Amino acid sequence: MSLDLFLPAFITIKNGFVLTLIITLASFLVGQVLALPVALALSSPSRCLRLPASAYTFVIRGSPLLVQLFIVYYGLGQLEAVRESVLWPILRSPVYCAVLTIALNSAAYSAEVLAGAIRQVPKGQWEAGKALGLAKYVLLIKVVLPQIYRAVLPSIGNELILVMKGSTLASAVTVMEMTGAARVFVAKTYAPFETFLIAGAIYLLIGAAFGRVFKGLETRFAIPGR
Amino acid sequence: MIEAVVQYFPQLLQGFLVTLSVAVGSFVLGLIFAVVLAPAAVYGSAPVRKVIAGYVSLIRGLPELLVIFLIFYGGTVLLTGLFGVYVEVDALTAGIAALTVVSTAYLTEIVRGALVGVSSGQWEAALALGLRRPGAFRLIVLPQMMVRALPGLGNQWLVILKESALVSIIGLEELMRKSVVAAGATHKPLAFYLTAAALYVLVTGVSTLFINAYNQRLTTHLR
Repeated sequence: MSLDLFLPAFITIKNGFVLTLIITLASFLVGQVLALPVALALSSPSRCLRLPASAYTFVIRGSPLLVQLFIVYYGLGQLEAVRESVLWPILRSPVYCAVLTIALNSAAYSAEVLAGAIRQVPKGQWEAGKALGLAKYVLLIKVVLPQIYRAVLPSIGNELILVMKGSTLASAVTVMEMTGAARVFVAKTYAPFETFLIAGAIYLLIGAAFGRVFKGLETRFAIPGR
Repeated sequence: MIEAVVQYFPQLLQGFLVTLSVAVGSFVLGLIFAVVLAPAAVYGSAPVRKVIAGYVSLIRGLPELLVIFLIFYGGTVLLTGLFGVYVEVDALTAGIAALTVVSTAYLTEIVRGALVGVSSGQWEAALALGLRRPGAFRLIVLPQMMVRALPGLGNQWLVILKESALVSIIGLEELMRKSVVAAGATHKPLAFYLTAAALYVLVTGVSTLFINAYNQRLTTHLR
C-alpha cells in the first residue's frame, strides 16, 4: 500500500459519488411509489389483483438483480418495437436503465413488506372507519396508511441501504458510479486496497447517514408515550 | 430465438452447476463459521463480542460487489507481495471467499438471534437432569435453535444464490457469465438473459418449497 495513491483514488471515486447518490435516491423513490399499489394488490381480496402482483414479486425476488439489469439494458434493445417506441431514449441510457431496474426490484421487496403490514392492521380499524362513514380511499389514506408506514419505517430504511448496495451493479452496464470509477482506477494503477477501501469507507458513511435520517424520522413520527 | 438457446443449453447448464457450487460452497462455509462465531458473540468476553458485532455491521454496510472486487484484485496483490512471485487468485476461489465473508456475517446474526431466543431455563433444566453441556446443547438447545433459525437460514440461502451472479463480473464461468458469452455470440441477449432468469427463479422456487415443507415439519408442535 502506498499513501500517495490515496488522494488520486479519492478524487476519482469522488467523481462517481454524485452518480451513486442519484441512482440510489431515484431508484429508492420510484421503487417506493411503485410498491404501494403492488402491496394493495397483494393484500386485496380479489384474485385478479392478487395473482399478477404475487407473480411479479415471485419472479423479481427469485432472480438476481444483475440478470434483471441485463434483461432491461441489453435484452430489450434487441426488440424492434422497443427501439421504435417513445421509451427508447430512456432504455438506451444505462443510467436510466439502472434506475428503472433497481426501482422495479426494490418495489417487489418493499411491496411484500407493506403487504405484510397491511395484513397486520386489525380488522376493527377498517370496520370503525366504515362505521364512521369514511369513503374507501379516505379510510385508506387517513386510517390505514399512517399505521402501516409507521410500522414499516425501519424496513424502509433497510431497503434504502439495500438499494444503495444494488446501485453498485450499475457499473456492470458501463455506468461510472463509485464502484465503476474505482474499478477503472484499479485497472490503471493496480492499487486495489487503497481504492476499494476508500470506496468502501464512503459507502459505509452514506449508509450511516441514511441510518441517521431514518432514526430521525422514526422519532419524529413515533406516537408519544408508546 | 429458441434454437439459439437450445444450442447453448448444455453450456448454460454447465454454468448453472458452477452457480450452484459457488452458492452451496459459500453457504456451507458461512454456516460453519457462523456456528463457531455465534456462541462467541453471545457468551464470549466483551472484546470478542465487540469484534464480532463490528464485523457484522461492517459487512452489512458494504456492497457485495465491492467485497468481491476487494478480495479478487486485492488477493492477487496481497499474495504476490507475500510470496514474491506473481500469484493470481482465480475467480472461483475469490468468489467463494468473498461470498463466504459476506454470508458469515449475516448467518452469524441469524444463528446468534436463534441462540439468544432459547431461554436459559432450557440449559438449566437439561443440566439439572444430569446431561453434560455438549449433550444438553445437541439434544435440547440445538433443536429449539434450529426451529428459530430456519426461516432466516432459508432466506439467506436465497440471497446467496442470487448474489452468486455477481461473481460473473470478475469472469467466473457460472450461469450469468455463460449467458453473457452466448448472448454476445448469437446477438440474442433477451433470450439468454430470460433463460438465465428462469433458471434462477426455478431454483429459488424449489428451494422455497423445500424450506416451507421443512419448516412445517419442525413447527408441528407449535400449531
